[in-house]
Amino acid sequence: MKVGKVAGTVVSTINHPFYDGQKLLLCHVLDRSGEPDGYTIAVDRVDAGVGDTVLIVDEGSSARQFFGLDTGPVRAVIAGIVDEVEFSDG
Amino acid sequence: MQLGRVTGTVVATIKVDGLEGVRFLIVQPVDEHLDPAGTPIVAADAVHMAGPGELVYFVASREAAEALEPRFVPVDHAIVGIVDEVHV
Repeated sequence: MKVGKVAGTVVSTINHPFYDGQKLLLCHVLDRSGEPDGYTIAVDRVDAGVGDTVLIVDEGSSARQFFGLDTGPVRAVIAGIVDEVEFSDG
Repeated sequence: MQLGRVTGTVVATIKVDGLEGVRFLIVQPVDEHLDPAGTPIVAADAVHMAGPGELVYFVASREAAEALEPRFVPVDHAIVGIVDEVHV
């Protein structure tokens, strides 16, 4: 899993059926110092919002388990909202 | 999943089994500011409606193979949605 920060929302109406009704958030992935290092689009399962620090599962087979599915073109899912995280930078 | 801009189409008549009827598009990955980032890729269009100029989101590797019917079509990138708006 990765720690990320929600930076924005992504709206899509024409999508693969798997994504029907799913909420997509643009999340910065945080590096070892807590600084943004790239981004990922993730499906939100915990009602996260912009500014929240979140826990991102970034692996397909684990991601599919959130939906109770064996198949589905998904990789990144927001699995939790982080209350507190301490980066000690190595 | 990442964002990308469709910049072109690819037509290939001779393809391996499983890729018949699959549409391929050239996609330029973009960063969170929608500026081009990295090398363009060829992605299968799993929404069957994406076209040049559109902003899309796509999946890579095994997840791409899950996007098309039947499953496990041998592709490494697949477009799974057309983006209407991004608010950052």
